[in-house]
Amino acid sequence: MNVVFYISAAVAVVATLLAITRRNAVHALLYLIVSLLSVAMVFYTLGAPFAAALEVIIYAGAIMVLFLFAIMMLNLGPQTREQESQWLRPETWGGPAALAAILLAELIYALVRGGGPISPANPVSPQEVGFALFGRYVVVVEMASILLLAGLVGAYHLGRRAGPEEEEGG
Amino acid sequence: MATVPVDHALILSAILFTVGLTGVLVRRSILFILLSIEIMLNAAGLAFVASGARWGQPDGQVMFMVILAVAAAEVSVGLTFVLQMFRHFRTLDADALNQMRG
Repeated sequence: MNVVFYISAAVAVVATLLAITRRNAVHALLYLIVSLLSVAMVFYTLGAPFAAALEVIIYAGAIMVLFLFAIMMLNLGPQTREQESQWLRPETWGGPAALAAILLAELIYALVRGGGPISPANPVSPQEVGFALFGRYVVVVEMASILLLAGLVGAYHLGRRAGPEEEEGG
Repeated sequence: MATVPVDHALILSAILFTVGLTGVLVRRSILFILLSIEIMLNAAGLAFVASGARWGQPDGQVMFMVILAVAAAEVSVGLTFVLQMFRHFRTLDADALNQMRG
């Protein structure tokens, strides 16, 4: 389990780094899906199989497909990649990357305290998560449903084309 | 069975969060900025799940599901804004949106 965790963690970091540096949006999306799948593997090794399944189904499945549909609707041509190459110069990304590296060093320094081991021998079962979700956290579930409804209505309202000719059809 | 220290899971979460933050800072395409925000949300979820697994409590995974719902709502509205922006300005450059009225 230990080795699987470190391999998945390395794959996740490398895939995420590749995802934010690609010129082509679809390539970045595919690398991000690899990263999300390896994070799901990390969840599994940490003893959270339900979160791993949700990560694959909702994140790597639904949300990334939403991104893919948006990229398809944008219909980006090859000139976009030229533009990305122009924007992504070392003098542009050097400063923010260095500052983020300093922040990461600080975070790691703050996190190394010896917090104790995670034992995968007693994983948190989906049953326990379900009991917590619809017991103590039932208000949170309702709030999440209201949030998703607001997202649905907002996306529908913002996504319709303005103009009289389309409004007749709808 | 070998166990994973909780520090290492939290450090992985910190690395992923920082990579996502770097993506937000260095990319100018609004699509990549949204993608990097997804990376950051996912890293926050990883921290929740790791902490929940450390103490064997289901609360971490409940919070992860809340983060999933927030990410789904955010990305649907955000991508709709991206489509509207591309319709109005014919570009994905975040610097094109420097005026309140488009």
